[in-house]
Parts: sequence; C-alpha cells; structure tokens
Amino acid sequence: MIDQAPALILLIPFLAAIIVALMGFRFRSLCYPLVLLSMAGSVWASIATLLSVLEGGVIRYHLGGWEPPFGIELRIDGLNALVVVVVSSVSLLAAIYSRRTVLAENGDKISQFYSLFLLLATGLLGMVLTGDAFNLYVLIEIAALTSYALIAMGPKRATLAAYKYVIMGTIGASFYLLGVGYLYIKTGSLNMVDIQEQLVARDLAGSPAIMVSFILITVGVWIKMAFFPLHAWLPNAYCFSPTTSSCILAPLVTKVMVYVMVRMMLTVYGAEYTFAHLDWSRIIVWMAVVAILAGSISALGQTNLRKMLSFLIIAEVGYMVGGVWLAEEMGMVGSIYHIISDAFMTLCVFLFAGIIISKTGKTDLNALDGMFKKMPLTMTGFLAGAFSLIGIPPTAGFFSKWYLIQGGINSGRWEYVVALLISSLINAVLFFRIIEIAHFGVKPAEGHSHHHSDGHDKISEAPLSQLIPLLGTGALLLIIGLYNKDIVAVISDFLSSSNLGGGIR
Amino acid sequence: MTTIESFTPVWACIVSLLAAIPIVFFGKSPNLREGSTFVAGFIKLALVVSMLPTILSGSTIEYTLWEIVPNLKIAFRVDGLGMLFGLVASSLWILTSLYSIGYMRGLKEHSQTRFYAFFAVSLSATIGVAFSANLFTLYLFYEMLSLATYPLVTHHQDKEARTGGRTYLTYLLSTSIGFVLPALIYVFIKTGSSLDFSGNGFLEGHIGSSEAVILLLLLTFGFAKCGLMPFHSWLPGAMVAPTPVSALLHAVAVVKVGVFCILRVDTGVFGIEYLITENLGVIVSWIAAFTIVVSSLIALTQDNLKRRLAFSTVGQLSYIILGVSLLTPQGLTGSMMHISMHAFGKITLFFCAGAIFQATGKKYISEMVGLGNRMPITMIAFFIGSISVIGLPLGGGFWSKFYLLWGTVSGGQFAMLIVLLISSFLNAAYFFPIAFKAFFCKPEESLFEKKFQEAHPCSVIALSVTAIASIALFIYPEPFFSLAEMAASVYLNSN
Repeated sequence: MIDQAPALILLIPFLAAIIVALMGFRFRSLCYPLVLLSMAGSVWASIATLLSVLEGGVIRYHLGGWEPPFGIELRIDGLNALVVVVVSSVSLLAAIYSRRTVLAENGDKISQFYSLFLLLATGLLGMVLTGDAFNLYVLIEIAALTSYALIAMGPKRATLAAYKYVIMGTIGASFYLLGVGYLYIKTGSLNMVDIQEQLVARDLAGSPAIMVSFILITVGVWIKMAFFPLHAWLPNAYCFSPTTSSCILAPLVTKVMVYVMVRMMLTVYGAEYTFAHLDWSRIIVWMAVVAILAGSISALGQTNLRKMLSFLIIAEVGYMVGGVWLAEEMGMVGSIYHIISDAFMTLCVFLFAGIIISKTGKTDLNALDGMFKKMPLTMTGFLAGAFSLIGIPPTAGFFSKWYLIQGGINSGRWEYVVALLISSLINAVLFFRIIEIAHFGVKPAEGHSHHHSDGHDKISEAPLSQLIPLLGTGALLLIIGLYNKDIVAVISDFLSSSNLGGGIR
Repeated sequence: MTTIESFTPVWACIVSLLAAIPIVFFGKSPNLREGSTFVAGFIKLALVVSMLPTILSGSTIEYTLWEIVPNLKIAFRVDGLGMLFGLVASSLWILTSLYSIGYMRGLKEHSQTRFYAFFAVSLSATIGVAFSANLFTLYLFYEMLSLATYPLVTHHQDKEARTGGRTYLTYLLSTSIGFVLPALIYVFIKTGSSLDFSGNGFLEGHIGSSEAVILLLLLTFGFAKCGLMPFHSWLPGAMVAPTPVSALLHAVAVVKVGVFCILRVDTGVFGIEYLITENLGVIVSWIAAFTIVVSSLIALTQDNLKRRLAFSTVGQLSYIILGVSLLTPQGLTGSMMHISMHAFGKITLFFCAGAIFQATGKKYISEMVGLGNRMPITMIAFFIGSISVIGLPLGGGFWSKFYLLWGTVSGGQFAMLIVLLISSFLNAAYFFPIAFKAFFCKPEESLFEKKFQEAHPCSVIALSVTAIASIALFIYPEPFFSLAEMAASVYLNSN
C-alpha cells in the first residue's frame, strides 16, 4: 500500500471525482463527505510519500510499469514531496470550509462543483508529482479548465472574469507546449531528468532552439502564475468567483506554477544553464522588484477585500520569482519555503474573506465593521494570516522574508531587499486598515465613548465547518514558522542534490 | 563568572502570558479577574527576585528554548542589565495593577477584560526583551510588545484613539521592519554567529568602519521605542491611552524596552571597546543631546499634563542613550541606573495625572491651580516624583544623574555636561510650577475648594508607594546600583 502512495495521492481524488459526478445527482448529501474522505486520503498518501522520501531518497514511480523515458513517471524528491503535502492539505482545508458555502452559492450544482473541485486538486497534485514535461502540460490544462469553470460558477461578473482567464491561460499553456515541443525536437525526450541528461550529452547549451524553448516555457509559466505585467487575469478571477473556489485557487494555482518554474530551471535545464549560461538574473530580479511594488501599491487602492488580497498574491509571486532568480542558495531556499508558507497564508486570508462574505453578504472592507466584538475567534485566525503576510515573527511569513532578504544581501541585490521591506510595510498598512475597521468600527465615535456594546455587537461566530479550517490554518502558520529549520533542511538537501554549484555564486 | 542553566527566566517571561487565560476566563467576575492578575504579578516578581542573588554573585542564568533557524536560537539569558530592567518592570506591574483597579473601575471603563489580558501579554513581552540572550530573540519580543500594546493604546476606540494608534504603529513597525530587520540579517550574514550578546560585542573584525556607522544608526533609530528624535512622535500620540497604560508602558515598559535594546546593541553587539576605537559614541551622543534639549523645550509649551510628561519622557530616555554613548564606566552605570530611577519617578507622575483626571476630570495644567487643597496626597507625590525626575537630592534620580554628570566629566565631554545641566534647569522649569501652583496660590486664584477629595483609594495607595520608593531609592539605591555597576564593569573589562 505504502509503495503505491505516490499514485494514490492522485488516484483517490480522481476516482472520487468520477463517483461524485455520477452519484451526486441522486445523492447530493453524499458529495461533501466523499470529498472530505478522498482529500483526507490524499493528504495521508502525500504525508506517507514525504516520509519515505525523507527516509529513502528520491522515489521514481513508473505509471503502468512503463519504463521512462517512454512511459510516464512520477518522480518525487524533497522539493515536490513537500509541495505535494502543502497542496493536498490546502485542498482538504478548503474542502472542509466548503460545507455551507457551496450550498449557499451553488446549491443547484453541488455535484458539478465538487467533481470540478476534485479534478482541480488532481490536476494540481499531478503537476507537482509528474516527472514528464508533456504530462505536465496535460495536467496544467486539467487544472486550468476546471478552474475556469469553478470561477465562472460565481455571480454575474464572474463569467467575464473567467473568460479573460481562459484567454490568458490558454496563451500561457500554448507557450509552454510550444517550448516543450522545441525541447522534444532537440533532445528527443519528454522525461524531465532525461531531457537534462540529453542536454548535457548532446552539448546543446549553445543551441538557440533551447534558448527559445526556455523563453517560451518561462513566459508561459509566468502568465499562469500572474507574474506582473502578465497578471491582468488574476484579480477579477479570484475576486468574483464563488468563495470556495477562491479558497482553493488563490493559494494553490500560483504557487504550483512557481514550483513548475523552479522545476524547469533546476531539473530540466539545470542551474548551470539557467544561471551561468543565460545570465538573465539581473533583469529578471528587477522585473520581480517591479512586480512586488506594483502588486503592493495596487492592493493599497482596493476597497474590495478579496481584490485587495488578489493583488497581494501578485506581489508574493514577485517575491518568489525574484528569490529564485537571485541565483543564490539562500534566495532559492527562501522562495521554496515561501511556496509553502504563502500557500497557507493566502489560504488563511481567503478563508477569512469567504467567512466574512458569507456572513455579511458584503464584499467591501466596511463589512468588517466591529468584527472583533462579533467574531473574536474568526478575527484571531485572520490575525495569524495577516501577521504572517506582514512578516511578524514567529509566523511562517517572517522566515520566508528572513531567507529571501538574506539571499538578497548575499547576492548584493539591494533593490530586491528594499522592495521586500517596502512590501512588508505596505502589507502592514493594508492589514492594520482592516484591523482598524474591525476594532473601531467604520465610524468611530468622537471623544470618549463607553457605549460600544450595543445589541448588534453580540457574538455570532462563523459555523464550525468554516472556523476549523481557518484556525487550523492559523495554527499551521505558526507551526511552519517554528519548525522552519526542518523544512529548510529538506529544501537544502534538494538544492545540494540538484547540483547548484555550476550556476550559483 | 559561571553560567547556570535554568528554566526560571522562561517561566518569569511566560507566567503573565499564561495569566491572560484566567483573565479572559473570569471576564464576568471582575474580582477573580484582577485576582489572577495579582497572582501572576507576584509569581512573576518572586521568580525574578529568586534569580537576584545568583546574578549579584556574578553568575548568569541561561536557557535555550528552541533552535529556530539553523544556528539561531530563541534563548534566554539573565545578566546584571537584564535583571535590573526585569526587576523594575515586574515590581511596577503589581503597583500598576493596583492603580488600574482604582482607575478603570472609578471611570467605569468598557472592555476591562481585554485591557487586563493585553496588559499581561505586554508584560510577558517586556520580560522577554529583558531576558533575551540574542538579538533575534530580542527582536521577536520587541515586535510582540508593539502589537500587544496596540489594543491598550487604542482602548477608547474613538477617533482620537484611532489617530493615536495609527501614529503608534506607523512609527514602531516601520522602524523595526525597515531598519532593524535588515540590520539584523546583515549582522547575521556578516558574522555568521548566533547573534548572542557577549560582554564585549561580536561585531569587531567582521565589518568595516562605514558599515559600522550605518549599522549603528539603523539599530539606534530602528528601536524607535526609545523615543529618539525624529522618531519620537508616537509617544505623545500614545497618550490617548488610559493612564495606567501611559504609566507602566509609556514611562516604564515600552520606552525602557527601547533604550534597553540600544544598551544591548551598544554593549553586547558592538561592544564598548569597539565603539571607542571607531569613535562612534559621538554620533549617538549628539543625537541624544539634541533630543534632550528640544524635547525639554517642547515640554515647557505643553498645557496637557500627560503630553508634558510624555515629552519629558522623551528627554529622559535620551539621558540613558547619552549615558551609554559617553563610553565611560560612570556614564554606563548612570545610564543603567537611570532606567530604574526614572521609572519610579515618572510612573509616580503619571499615576498622579491619572488620579487628578479620575477625581476632577481635569487634563490641563492651567486648570490645576489650587489643586493641593483638594488632593494633597496626590500633589505631594507629584512633587516627590518631580524631584526624582529632575535629579535633585531626596529623589532616587539624583544618583543616576550624578553618575551621568560624572561620566561626562571623566570622559572630558564638557559639551554634554552643559547639555545635561541645561536640561535639568528646563526640567525644573516645567515641573515645579505645577506642584507650586497647586499649593501656593492666592485664595481667589484657586479653582478648587478646600475640601479633601482624593481619587479611588487603590490609586492613591499605588501612587504613594511609588513616591515613597523614589525617596527610598535615594537613601538606599540597591539593588539597582550594584546591578548597574556590575554590568558596567562586565562591559568594560571583559578583554
């Protein structure tokens, strides 16, 4: 059973998606438990996989027994073992949250919603696990198609937002596919490790075709991860979608694409080619700086809660792209650690936004009027996410910044360090604006007032199905922060095994 | 010098954090709630005092809680300086709690449970700073303190509180994230060490002169809780808080955490010897001197009593910074002693301001003429507090100021001597008229009848105790004097 764990991570939600699609029409109440059960199974399988990777090193799982490079293989090393645990547990937490919101927002399409949800999870998990570049494309498309549908299920404006996403997402995926095509022509292989070996064996580093493929793949992936200025699809898509959709899409899609970028750079092309041969680090870090600042500043202008958070995602993507392209070990560690911590941070604040929206029916920041009195536990969960995004120790977000800034200083890229600090300060402004509204009310009284406990300030917490994932995520943020040493050890192991030496200062 | 491993400092730190749980739990029954505050307060003080003999005998107590980043730990370490500060904060917490009961109940404030809970959390952070063993742990608790005091500062939840709270966080968070964090990481990279405070610093040999200047400025301005100009505006802004908060946090805990951090950086990170060789004391001492004079002048113009006290605090904090940057043994001793002496004097003054507000509703000095008729105990305590803060004999502040002046003379820095003397005159000029007009005014000037009516008894007891303590510290300035002298000798003679 344990030997099959890597495949089970994918198969459980995939099979459950089919069952939900078939059975859900008749037995609607069955959908939610089935989703929970399958996601829990997936979490279990991914933890088992992580443990066996930690114990025995890289796992190569050949689907259907076909040997690579001809068959598809799942190749799991320290990097994706970590990310897969993150993806499955974020999906599980989002699934727990969905209990009431799906009923309220998409009551007539429960089974459709849940089967799409499970397929999306399968797609994202697959992207993380696969060791095959073309298979990755297929899974990108699975994840993308399901997410278009999940977004379009939202209220009116969602359709247009989803349409914009379809156009951009398709362009991104096509770029990626084209890049893989070039690679296949030159190397004759689609298996990631094999491509790398072929690149070295055939001495293709100087080939313009390889460079073109690198550019195509990178740009494609950047579109998918909403790297500024290729971000235009993201804010509306996450802002107008159903809250459950945004809870799984916002934390995962961009982060998984960052993972894909890291995988492409380090495993497929290799650090030496990416950093030493191409040497584009200077300009790309500047682009990341612009992305960070643009995302943060745009977030300042938003009055819609989820839209504000969406712009923060764009800034966070800038953190990670910049960190990887610092071409420095600490920056790399920071980026990969940030994939993990940012997934949970984003989940935390989007869960919070979902709770507020479903509770008050309002989407703007004023919905938070006096929330510390009305929903103290919800606010506590939110504070964990907010502090993490600001970077207050000992939350996870602080340590991402710790490593990223270290990377910036080590490589002498002060512009990146300054951008990170400015973005932290802007985050502080953004979140304390929310905290102020929740603490003082929208219109605080003039002068002394002792009449704050009016009737409408009675405590009315979110239902448990929403509170548990929120508080769980908050606790996880602290745990990830406190145990960052162990996580970083795994990441460093991965980095040392992927032969950074050639390309890294 | 021996090192003892013990969990006591950790307990001393977290006991008040844990106390927040019963405080919230007993939210509906005020007596039990305040009871748990007191229990926690006494346990905390007992734990701190239990470590005192060990520290006085020259040992240090250490405990490593958690290695959080490779080579970087959350660790506790108690030495003379930390002990001195911990003792001040934990003993004054009990008195402030007593005072708060009078103040908060007397004024029927709302959300008292939240108030006591966050007060307890703030104290945990304060002791955490006092006992932290390295720069990283220090930063952690420093940030925790900024956040835990925010609900206290904005307690009234009105427009004024919102503005004050905004200023508060803007200054404190932007300096700590913008200045301290990058400096912290830079030091970590350059030294590759665990950032542990050592007797003679650990920066020497790892950085060049210009880097040293930049780092020193980043770390000095970064810990903006010390109120160094131009990053001082948060303190007058924070005066919108209820008076017990201003008293303990903005005269003792928060602001002293700021100067404490600077003392730690100067002694434990840079090291006095290194500062002397690089001649870095001059920069900081001029900034501090500027702050001292300007803030005293501003204080003269303030009619709101709490704001006048706030600007006085800004000036007095810079005494401490000036003292350490004199880089002489006497200056260092005086600077550390001033942490405790000023604490007792200033908390008395704040207690009095709050008591006046409780009993009469008056906030402005011009409205306090003849107040001695009505609140004689409070005004006498105010007078004693003023004496101590100005640094005249019979007040504990005399000793710290004496050492500071001695430090300027022995260091040959006569400009600083003049600054200190001018400032003392200014202090007298803005404090004495208040007490004087309260007692000695023509009967027709007096705004109050000759009718004895003091504030809530809890408050009066608290302010009397701190006033008496201020005098007692003049007669017997122990254990603060020994602790300060011991710490100073460690920092100066360790190589």
